[in-house]
Amino acid sequence: MIVARGLVQTFHTGQGRKKKPVHAVAGVDLDVAEGEVVGFLGPNGAGKTTTLRMLVTLLRPTQGSARVAGYDVVHEATQVRRSIGYVSQTGGVFSSARAGDEVMDHGMLYGLSRGHVEERGRELFSQLQLDGLWERMPKNMSGGQKRRLDIVAGLIHDPTLVFLDEPTTGLDPQARANLWEHIAKLRTERGATVFLTTHYLDEADALSDRIVIIDQGRIVASDTADNLKAQVSGDLVDLEVTADDQRAVARDKLASIATHVEVEGHHVRGRVQRAGRMIPSLLRDLEGAAVALDSIEVARPTLDDVFLTLTGRSLRDAEASAGAADGPVDETTDEPELEGAPQ
Amino acid sequence: MNSPVNTFVRDSLIVFRRQLRMNLRNPAWVLIGVMQPVLYLLLFGPLLKPVVRTFPGFDGNEFTFLVPGLLVQLGLFGAFFAGFGLIAEWREGVVEAERVTPASRTALLCGRLLRDLAQLLVQALILVALGYVMGMRGSVGGVAFGIVLTLLIGGACAAASNALALTTKSEDVMAPLINMIMMPVLLLSGILLPMTLGPAWLQNTSDFMPFRWIVDGVRDAFTGDLGTSGVLWGTTWAAALFALALWWGTAVFRRDDA
Repeated sequence: MIVARGLVQTFHTGQGRKKKPVHAVAGVDLDVAEGEVVGFLGPNGAGKTTTLRMLVTLLRPTQGSARVAGYDVVHEATQVRRSIGYVSQTGGVFSSARAGDEVMDHGMLYGLSRGHVEERGRELFSQLQLDGLWERMPKNMSGGQKRRLDIVAGLIHDPTLVFLDEPTTGLDPQARANLWEHIAKLRTERGATVFLTTHYLDEADALSDRIVIIDQGRIVASDTADNLKAQVSGDLVDLEVTADDQRAVARDKLASIATHVEVEGHHVRGRVQRAGRMIPSLLRDLEGAAVALDSIEVARPTLDDVFLTLTGRSLRDAEASAGAADGPVDETTDEPELEGAPQ
Repeated sequence: MNSPVNTFVRDSLIVFRRQLRMNLRNPAWVLIGVMQPVLYLLLFGPLLKPVVRTFPGFDGNEFTFLVPGLLVQLGLFGAFFAGFGLIAEWREGVVEAERVTPASRTALLCGRLLRDLAQLLVQALILVALGYVMGMRGSVGGVAFGIVLTLLIGGACAAASNALALTTKSEDVMAPLINMIMMPVLLLSGILLPMTLGPAWLQNTSDFMPFRWIVDGVRDAFTGDLGTSGVLWGTTWAAALFALALWWGTAVFRRDDA
């Protein structure tokens, strides 16, 4: 459904002699199969939204090519637009208009008849638990309802490929969980291919068949969440030992099966491959050495660990450095706000 | 039936209806928009009574002189603020959502222009009706033609304002820019007083102001004689500015990052 090769997007900062190119996207290759749910993960400023905007024909690539739903994003932009649904970070409906009118007008711009759009709109309202809100203004809806309305507008023409740009940003945890259910149903009930950008690790983990990680405009990984986590050198084992004289012993015992062993306060931590199998023998060793454990925790690697392994930085650090390097960042996009560049 | 022209007209009308629906939610803005020229008519018009007979080449009362100028002023000022609404739409993501539909970019602009023109037409009719009540004299055909010129210039200003809005995407930049453009336009167009009253250098300067020709054209049209050179020049300038602004607006709506 999506094939991109060498996508590049270059903006310019400054003016005149100080004009300097910034590669927001620096050569992205992507392949998304029909029916796949792909999470596009990266810190703010990594190039997620810029890549997405090129794929949905809002931004012409500086270099490279992409075919979306079988059509070229530059030369067959209208056919691409007809085939995809796009839900941007900002939504896309007037906050002071009636929700039903907005959805119908949006649907009719795809050439659908009024009757068909109304029938389809009401069906989607029902499916996304917006019953009774047809007449309500979006400004009088909750954040979750408003987001679901945006998704209704994006699905009104029954696209087979749906792009969601940070769909749950700004929602409370309950609304996020609720929206996740609806996003999951896009594939299970409608057979849609879904490409969603997010900077939430748990969101990418929970929703995606495959996760593509982008950092500084380049794809740094593309695999299932489990395979990506397997790239991290094992599970994190955390031993809590209060007795000072026993902590060194605990460290030595853990070091015999772990890497990256460190001591911090009362805690001894290390990375252990297949920790589930190794823990019983570790506990026996510790008991044999008369080490009194206060607690033991085993944590599976997170996508943050994956990002750290792949880039040497945590996602949060990357976001912080992206913000510092790019200056002010538009709150609705990860494109840097550039002096002199057309806004 | 789905020829490109039909699709274009249909898409433009969908955008127009959507925009008009938003305007009708708060029709007070139509009245607020016409308040400025109405106040000029009521409070400035009577001041012209003792001097209107001294205006070179003009044979009519003060309201017959003033209403054509106020019509053009309405077209200029009212329509030039259309871009502020577009910036708000852009912030809400409405523009972007429309740009990922198959609708042509030109239809997205034309739908909005139709809304601006519909609003301007209502305001122009209110102003003309009030002018007649105050004592304005003008042939129906001439006044109708004057309103058409007003719509042309209003459409031009609305298209330019939309283009400016999508280029700057900032009210803080738009407001001083519009002020900077509007002030010389107002002073050099002879909207309130004929430029022929001024010294030669001022008259010569105003010759370079297209809106002056349009104001003169609307004034000539009101007399009912549509064959004057003033009407011809006014119509030519209004049509040229409309075409130019439409081209600019369409180009900006088509642009990659609009």
